[in-house]
Amino acid sequence: MKNGRLPLKRRAYSGFLMGLIGLSAAIAVGLIVGLIGYVFYRGLGHISWEFLSTARSALRGTIGILPNILFTLFLIITTLAIVLPIGIGAAIYLNEYATSRRLVRIIEFATETLAGIPSIIYALVGVLLFIQGLGLRVSILAGALTLSILSLPTIVRTTQEALRTVPVSYREGAFALGATKWYMIRTIILPSSLDGIVTGVILAVGRMVGESAALLFTAGTGYFLVTNYFEALHASGGTLSVMLFVYATEHGNFDVSFAIASILIFIVLLLNFGVKLVKRKLRRI
Amino acid sequence: MIEMNIICAKKLCLYYRDFQALKDIDLDVPAREITALIGPSGCGKSTFLRTLNRMNDLIQGVKITGEVTYHGENIYAGQVDVTALRKSIGMVFQKPNPFPMSIYDNVAYGPKLHDNLSKAELNDLVERSLRGAALWDEVKDRLKKSALSLSGGQQQRLCIARALSVSPDVLLMDEPTSALDPASTMKIEELMGHLKQDYTVVIVTHNMQQAARISDRTAFFLTGDLVESGKTDEIFSMPKDKRTEDYITGRFG
Amino acid sequence: MRPYNAFLGVHMKTKNIVEKTMQAVFFALGMVTIIAVATISAFLIINGIPAIREIGLWAFLSGQEWRSTGANPAFGILPFILTSIYSTIGAILIGVPIGLMTAIFLAKVANPRLAAVVNTAVELLAGIPSVVYGFVGMIVLVPLVQRTFALASGAILLSAILVLSVMILPGIISVSRTALAAVPREYEEASFALGATKTETIFKVSVPAAKSGIAAGVVLGIGRAIGEVMAVLMVMGNVPNMPNLFEPARSLTTAIAMELSYATGFQRQTLLSIGLVLFCFIMMINLILNFALKRGYKA
Repeated sequence: MKNGRLPLKRRAYSGFLMGLIGLSAAIAVGLIVGLIGYVFYRGLGHISWEFLSTARSALRGTIGILPNILFTLFLIITTLAIVLPIGIGAAIYLNEYATSRRLVRIIEFATETLAGIPSIIYALVGVLLFIQGLGLRVSILAGALTLSILSLPTIVRTTQEALRTVPVSYREGAFALGATKWYMIRTIILPSSLDGIVTGVILAVGRMVGESAALLFTAGTGYFLVTNYFEALHASGGTLSVMLFVYATEHGNFDVSFAIASILIFIVLLLNFGVKLVKRKLRRI
Repeated sequence: MIEMNIICAKKLCLYYRDFQALKDIDLDVPAREITALIGPSGCGKSTFLRTLNRMNDLIQGVKITGEVTYHGENIYAGQVDVTALRKSIGMVFQKPNPFPMSIYDNVAYGPKLHDNLSKAELNDLVERSLRGAALWDEVKDRLKKSALSLSGGQQQRLCIARALSVSPDVLLMDEPTSALDPASTMKIEELMGHLKQDYTVVIVTHNMQQAARISDRTAFFLTGDLVESGKTDEIFSMPKDKRTEDYITGRFG
Repeated sequence: MRPYNAFLGVHMKTKNIVEKTMQAVFFALGMVTIIAVATISAFLIINGIPAIREIGLWAFLSGQEWRSTGANPAFGILPFILTSIYSTIGAILIGVPIGLMTAIFLAKVANPRLAAVVNTAVELLAGIPSVVYGFVGMIVLVPLVQRTFALASGAILLSAILVLSVMILPGIISVSRTALAAVPREYEEASFALGATKTETIFKVSVPAAKSGIAAGVVLGIGRAIGEVMAVLMVMGNVPNMPNLFEPARSLTTAIAMELSYATGFQRQTLLSIGLVLFCFIMMINLILNFALKRGYKA
């Protein structure tokens, strides 16, 4: 019973594995801190008001990313406008209307499949379907259409999960008062699953901000300032992630690349914080 | 005289954060007898049981004062090897909890931890443990089947076999039959009658008839106090304390 | 009575129309997802098959040379297939042990407050865009690999494996952590009661009990590693060699990305064929994942 009685072999085994566990956790945390710290260290110094508020100028030889910030925003807005109604609608159908188990399973398999498809395949589909097929130019619109298919599964799944958390008793309560289905969905289901739906939207926005492969070939790498949304739809526009790739590999301009990478990580931080905030604030109205 | 009391609790207190769950418990557990711990829910009887093999160590915020001796050694002393302690003091839980493995692997789990046995020795040990738990005849043809395929009563006897496999000398049983049907309960009670020939058994039970049927000694707990303990027939026929009498006559609890 | 009834009737009618319309709208939206998958699959199959037919399926899959432009083109994608498989296996070999151990740390070892902090960091890692991984890999890792092994270039298969193993970590950690946290406490208590140490309990009871969930995390990691393109593009050198750990290589995804912007005609069709092969890989992985999850629910 005294300490020495646990045989050396077992003590070594336990100690060794516990060491590995600690080491792995340290590696994971070290990678995260190292990665973010390094990017900020090399990038933050190159972010200035001018960098954020001007376009690239060949004449002055200055680089600014205002057009790319706008393109990123336009792309997100357009994509959300397309994907939110479809995604949330599909989730509502699956959860509230669908009576055929088989159909539900087929749709769920479809969203799972979409979720697993690599973005380069979306790029292929975008290029050949929207640009070659529909005759669109390489533009924000073509990029947004591609991103819409890409983020559809995220929206459908997270909305479905949110709807599932609404207790059956709420539904029964509404029906018992003579509410119709659509009225019940509008007044009971959607408000009480709002937190989950918003969380899903934020996650999807995160994916759009980070996406590069699918956009490189469909939305392009344009850097001219276009402030009019409807003009921008038909213009080639590089989002921040795409421009990071372009500046790093084509221009070899690492200062600008690090600056953009810092901004991207900052956006990810903000979105993560947003998810936490939503979970806390919108929880069960 | 040969050692009579194998486990002795002295002035044992247990705090769960600010809440005192056990108050100055003094209780001796005699060897090769069945000691039953009874009392209403939340009286501390299960908590007390779990102090005997230091299972409460796993719960955050638990603080213990006083001492519990096992063969005269304080198990809460600094240098105690908890794994060796738990090997000697086995435990069977309220809900049958076989591992999600085969029947054989469930029983072989403990011995594999502690000893380097040959295949034949292990087979032998598994058979002996299953026989000891009166389960061998029912499962000898399907040792490789999942333990989760057994009925609730069989699962609980498997858990007993698993506890026996590391040759403990004390068995702690935490309401072992409360999740079982009457027929399975009877089998396990019968088994306990055999077990006490070789092991010291401490059992927590909700069921006073069960305590009266199977135990040699009974301890009655109420809101963290040990109200009364002694020979079972004495406690049930002439309790000294009014509260004990009220409880066993079914006036509360 | 009569006016009341009439009023009710009219009201019911409009109500019914709204109900029916909404039901139809939601049904149509549900169908859009099926149509999207069907379109993508059909599109890849229809456009991917002609080139394969012309080259010959076996020649396409087992050809060791890729020269898509020039006078004497060759379209063999075995180097891409093998590169994708090797880089995925490499990433899994490095990422899974670290990820699983970190998940164990979070679910079973760390105190709740520390676990919450580390968990937030892991979630952050999951959200970082792949170009950022690729870029940091390109700036930090590639020169490091080049110097360490005294190579002409550090943009090689090994660098891609290292970057991918970091990228798959968050997925593996969070899925395995969830699986481990769901292991019933009773199993672990029984193990402790038999005199097992904490580590013995974790590795002999908790991990086996969570194995199907952990397997799902691994399959998820495989999917992410095989599908990643930008980060790999930035650190692997992109030469269509037969893969070697210390030489540049080109995977299925980067093979498409390298030529998609300029390819036309038959060359573009071959890219679709590569896409189809990749799609088949991913579908296979999805089926395995489904299978693993279903088994998990049963146990």
